[in-house]
Amino acid sequence: MNGNMNLTLKVWRQKNAQTSGKFVTYKAEAISPDMSFLEMLDVVNEGLTHKGDEPINFDHDCREGICGMCSLYINGHPHGPKRGVTTCQLHMRTFHDGETITIEPWRASAFPVVKDLAVDRSAFDRIQQAGGYVSVNTGVSTDGNAIPIPKVIADEAFNSATCIGCGACVAACKNASAMLFVSAKVTQLGLLPQGQPERYSRVQSMVAQMDEEGFGSCTNTGACEAECPKEIKLTNIARMNNDFFSAKLFREEGVHDAKH
Amino acid sequence: MSLDAKIPEGPLAQKWSKHKFDLKLVNPANKRKYDIIIVGTGLAGASAAASLAELGYNVKAFCFQDSPRRAHSIAAQGGINAAKNYQNDGDSVFRLFYDTIKGGDYRAREGNVYRLAEVSVNIIDQCVAQGVPFAREYGGLLDNRSFGGSQVSRTFYARGQTGQQLLLGAYSALNRQIHAGKVQMYTRTEMLDVVTIDGHAKGIVTRNMITGAIETHAGHAVLLCTGGYSNVFYLSTNAIGSNVTAAWRAHKRGAFFGNPCYTQIHPTCIPVTGDHQSKLTLMSESLRNDGRVWAPKTVEVAEQLRKGTIKADQVKEDDRDYFLERKYPAFGNLVPRDVASRNAKEMVEEGKGVGGSGFAVFLDFADAIKRLGEDTVRAKYGNLFDMYIQITDENPYKQPMRIYPAVHYTMGGLWVDYNLSTNVPGLYALGECNFSDHGANRLGASALMQGLSDGYFVIPYTLGDYLAKIGPKKVDTSHPAFEATKKDVITYISKLLALKGNKTVNEYHRELGHIMWEYCGMARTAEGLTKAKGLIKALKADFWVNAIVTGENEEVNASLERAGRIADFIELGELMVDDALMRNESCGGHFRVESQTADGEALRDDENFAFVAAWEFKGENQPEVLHKEELVFEAVHLSQRNYA
Ligand SMILES: Cc1cc2nc3c(=O)[nH]c(=O)nc-3n(C[C@H](O)[C@H](O)[C@H](O)COP(=O)(O)OP(=O)(O)OC[C@H]3O[C@@H](n4cnc5c(N)ncnc54)[C@H](O)[C@@H]3O)c2cc1C
Ligand code: SF4
Ligand code: FES
Repeated sequence: MNGNMNLTLKVWRQKNAQTSGKFVTYKAEAISPDMSFLEMLDVVNEGLTHKGDEPINFDHDCREGICGMCSLYINGHPHGPKRGVTTCQLHMRTFHDGETITIEPWRASAFPVVKDLAVDRSAFDRIQQAGGYVSVNTGVSTDGNAIPIPKVIADEAFNSATCIGCGACVAACKNASAMLFVSAKVTQLGLLPQGQPERYSRVQSMVAQMDEEGFGSCTNTGACEAECPKEIKLTNIARMNNDFFSAKLFREEGVHDAKH
Repeated sequence: MSLDAKIPEGPLAQKWSKHKFDLKLVNPANKRKYDIIIVGTGLAGASAAASLAELGYNVKAFCFQDSPRRAHSIAAQGGINAAKNYQNDGDSVFRLFYDTIKGGDYRAREGNVYRLAEVSVNIIDQCVAQGVPFAREYGGLLDNRSFGGSQVSRTFYARGQTGQQLLLGAYSALNRQIHAGKVQMYTRTEMLDVVTIDGHAKGIVTRNMITGAIETHAGHAVLLCTGGYSNVFYLSTNAIGSNVTAAWRAHKRGAFFGNPCYTQIHPTCIPVTGDHQSKLTLMSESLRNDGRVWAPKTVEVAEQLRKGTIKADQVKEDDRDYFLERKYPAFGNLVPRDVASRNAKEMVEEGKGVGGSGFAVFLDFADAIKRLGEDTVRAKYGNLFDMYIQITDENPYKQPMRIYPAVHYTMGGLWVDYNLSTNVPGLYALGECNFSDHGANRLGASALMQGLSDGYFVIPYTLGDYLAKIGPKKVDTSHPAFEATKKDVITYISKLLALKGNKTVNEYHRELGHIMWEYCGMARTAEGLTKAKGLIKALKADFWVNAIVTGENEEVNASLERAGRIADFIELGELMVDDALMRNESCGGHFRVESQTADGEALRDDENFAFVAAWEFKGENQPEVLHKEELVFEAVHLSQRNYA
């Protein structure tokens, strides 16, 4: 089914991290309002391929808002103008016929461009590797119901755990800070009884890695919360700061390192 | 070649413990002398990589996404089964075993399924210890919900995002081992071939998806944890990148493919709206706990609904047919997926379909909202309802959802024995990539269970036995087999890049999907399958002349990646059709129109078809050879499935 929307796209094209990029203008024609944003790009790419041109490269996989692979900075907003959705869930009915849409990659020095609209977010993985876990080996024998967890705590931990690691918070922030992303994991594990033994060492290791990756500092502007597709709250950052400062103040890390 | 499933002797309930005791062990100091290659870091791969690294093995793990956290497992919604019997509603290991065997329409191995039910309880303990935030009751204990094909509540869940939370748990365990230096993680790296030496798997060939570099990796064993192949149908609920390439290339190097035609069509997905559609979205089976499935009783009312002259909530109670509740009073809306899907299709064929296209039935929450209140319904299913609103622009709190079956899961996969070893020694398959535990139909919430069972609790034991037998002698890529396999891969890529025809790879994929859905989908006939075979052969020939592949190897090239995957899907499609044609019976998700009961249910032919079909590749354009592994049932009695 073809639709009746015609759009102009200004798309960032960049061969790789070593070369510089530029905007290229394309027409997207006969677009249906029921298409997702990525399906609209699929249509444009099919057209380019038929002409023997290179299709526009962008990251995507699940196309249902959960894998965190899609990105795109659309008309000045990470994941586009609509709140609480990822780019893959954004539908063309959000735009109007004749509109010009600007599409850019996430811009942050810690996220170098891979090609066109795709960026390298491996810095996020390295932050998680620095401490985003509970140190248990496979084969624990404690029954799952041995430690009751109040529902409010479990629900709150779950809310933080819904972060999809997309990086929109970094893209939204004028300092390219990763605080919202890091604080979501710190909060999830910091709330649960399982996460207590490493609570203070975890926050220090993760923050240290975050700094090493070159993310900027947090100035409490709140752009990250506004653009986060999973609506992760700024209170996560407050909690993380709290844990971080008490760790520093009481030098808990020494105590905790001794436990390892 | 005879197929030995290596199912341990002895009573069902003791097979696994006895086997674990009989398996050889690698002593702790020797473990670090072994290198293990793991392709895929979804639930199966990440759990295996973490567990094996914890034991001391050196692991190299690979995935094609930019991070292990993005594997398709992340998208699983509804939950994971475990025989904990926390609800005191009569659940037990035996009941979970029995439900799974029956749900699979008696086409799975008893030994495997029993083990799966047995270790299911450990999975929950493990995940809780990792900090997976499962749903809890007010008293602080773990909550459960019900899934199809069972009469107890044994499904653990984390809102509608269970897969995400379980995968992030496994990912965190994997991260810990990466940090410890025991796992080397290769992201944006695609495995393109298996290297075998003297019949044993000893490594892989990969392509770096950023630079295009073709590289080789050696190890004492190779574990494929690369997921399912639903995307052979083009439209499915799987992630766009999910593909069969790893399993298929292994198949072409000698690994048998088990039951390729067993695919699962999930009853509750958002219907197709047009040709532009790139994927279908699942509405979790958990919704059938509270949602009621119905279609209009008459064609006239259906007609009015299709034209939009009336709305669903205006249809009188008397004019509604809650067809699952009517036909299957014992299980009601919670019949297994294959049964629910076929019934929806039947309604549509009788002219009672709804929605613009007529290819949909309703899933209605009005009663649940009346009974529980909108807030409770939102708390349980909020993210699913939101997803529905995003896609359809309709509000399911006010109007029933429109749903229709879509391809969702593949029970078939690489043939493995009880140890999860393929017939190629040293080559293992875990998770959805293997064929093992679900027979001809998988029950809801059992794939997550199987992936984690394979990775956390089975492979750490069974792999050790093989490693102890072959010894720790270093394997490295200097053996000529590596260079030779690498050359094959490079030649293949050049062939793809030389395609400068007039049809995009996506167009071929869509065409293949149409053929598969039409002739090898929810209802299959000998005539249709024969026709499909011809169509696929022609499509393949056309692909290798007229496809367009843009760009070069030495760069990020999605067009090239796609082309390789579609070429493999086309070949797999042909084998699926062969398998479906050979299996002259209906069972579970495989419905041969020629073989049905008077009520239109799947009619098995146990006398002739109680076997696993394992197909052997014999060379390009050669017919594959069928090997049969007979299924032996000692604990359950084979009967016509009955959910009424
Ligand atoms: C929408 C949806 C909802 C679901 N809900 C449920 C549910 O509620 N309960 C349930 O039990 N099951 C559910 N399932 C099924 C379940 O999610 C999957 O069967 C399961 O997660 C598969 O896990 P896996 O580890 O085998 O594979 P995957 O998670 O698919 O992982 C595959 C891995 O292999 C890698 N890979 C693949 N090919 C290559 C290659 N050539 N080179 C390198 N890497 C490669 C990928 O990068 C990835 O890391 C659902 C499925 C879908 C589609
Ligand atoms: S905090 Fe939000 S924006 Fe940032 S990575 Fe997580 S989900 Fe994305
Ligand atoms: S593609 Fe997975 S979140 Fe958008």
